[in-house]
Amino acid sequence: MSLWGWILIACAVSIATKFLGFLVPARLLDNPRMLRVAGSLTIGLLAALTVTNAFASGQSLVVDARVAALVAAAVALWLRAPFLVVVLVGALAAGLARLLGAA
Amino acid sequence: MLLLRSPAVRVGLSVALATGLYGLSFGALSVAAGLDVLQTMALSLLLFSGGSQFAFIGVVAGGGSGISAMSAAALLGIRNGVYGMQLNVLLRPSRRRKLVMAHLTTDESAATASGQRDPDEQRRGFWAAGIGVFVLWNLFTLVGAVVGNAMGDPARWGLDGAAVAAFLGLLWPRIQAREPAAIAVVCAVVTLIAVPFVPSGVPILIAAVVAAVLGLSGFGPPTEGLEPDVEPYPPGAPRGGS
Repeated sequence: MSLWGWILIACAVSIATKFLGFLVPARLLDNPRMLRVAGSLTIGLLAALTVTNAFASGQSLVVDARVAALVAAAVALWLRAPFLVVVLVGALAAGLARLLGAA
Repeated sequence: MLLLRSPAVRVGLSVALATGLYGLSFGALSVAAGLDVLQTMALSLLLFSGGSQFAFIGVVAGGGSGISAMSAAALLGIRNGVYGMQLNVLLRPSRRRKLVMAHLTTDESAATASGQRDPDEQRRGFWAAGIGVFVLWNLFTLVGAVVGNAMGDPARWGLDGAAVAAFLGLLWPRIQAREPAAIAVVCAVVTLIAVPFVPSGVPILIAAVVAAVLGLSGFGPPTEGLEPDVEPYPPGAPRGGS
């Protein structure tokens, strides 16, 4: 299927997930176990996305300019910088590392 | 003008502005990942859930398949179902309103509503944050996508570094306690181990399975990971209606 197809399916799934919450009886979802799974899924996926975007190049692991972005972003977050600043710092760090000869 | 005197509406609008700015980076990163402006806008208008949208383009940017991207977005969106259920109990909407409210359900609108005590304020907070975030998120996505499109080669501008920073920025507020940080580390390690052995995008889904198992086994407090990206009620700030 084309990328457009998957985009529209992702949109339909998102709308259905939200609407389902409004339809099902609260006791189905409102238990500590369900909350925990929803929360740990969010954390696990974001952690996985962070490291794949930082270290994966196709199916190989590489250390390149993106590591500078990861470190710089962590420092910015630790200094309580707002999200947009963190993103800009990440871009700057990767750009700078490439300028200095990193792959 | 009367509405602006409501503390919940003011909180909702300031959350909307801060969240809208996330849209700038989403738009730029989405076109850098290879989506066109129209595809980017379809995600912001229809999928309308920041984390899931970032997940979708994050998988695509890494060369993952469409089905992996869709699955990552769907799994990251499960918490929206939980918010929908909570908002349904909290706001008791009429049947007709449910579909619109469901679409406006995000981390931010749910958190703005549930941070209020008075039922009317809860309702106003939800609509202010929901409509405000929807309008500004889409507006800023469009700006980000158009600007990103004009920038050309993503690597030259460090946009791949920006994506790394964006994901860490989304993760950060959710790993302030020890248990969620442990979940993040375990999932990160599992992902890296899996990268050489399975197609792009799949390591993220393997990490999701591990995270779900960790969650099911009762690791950590029940609401960890459900924090909004923009906290409507930062510690120390006055809390309206309480």
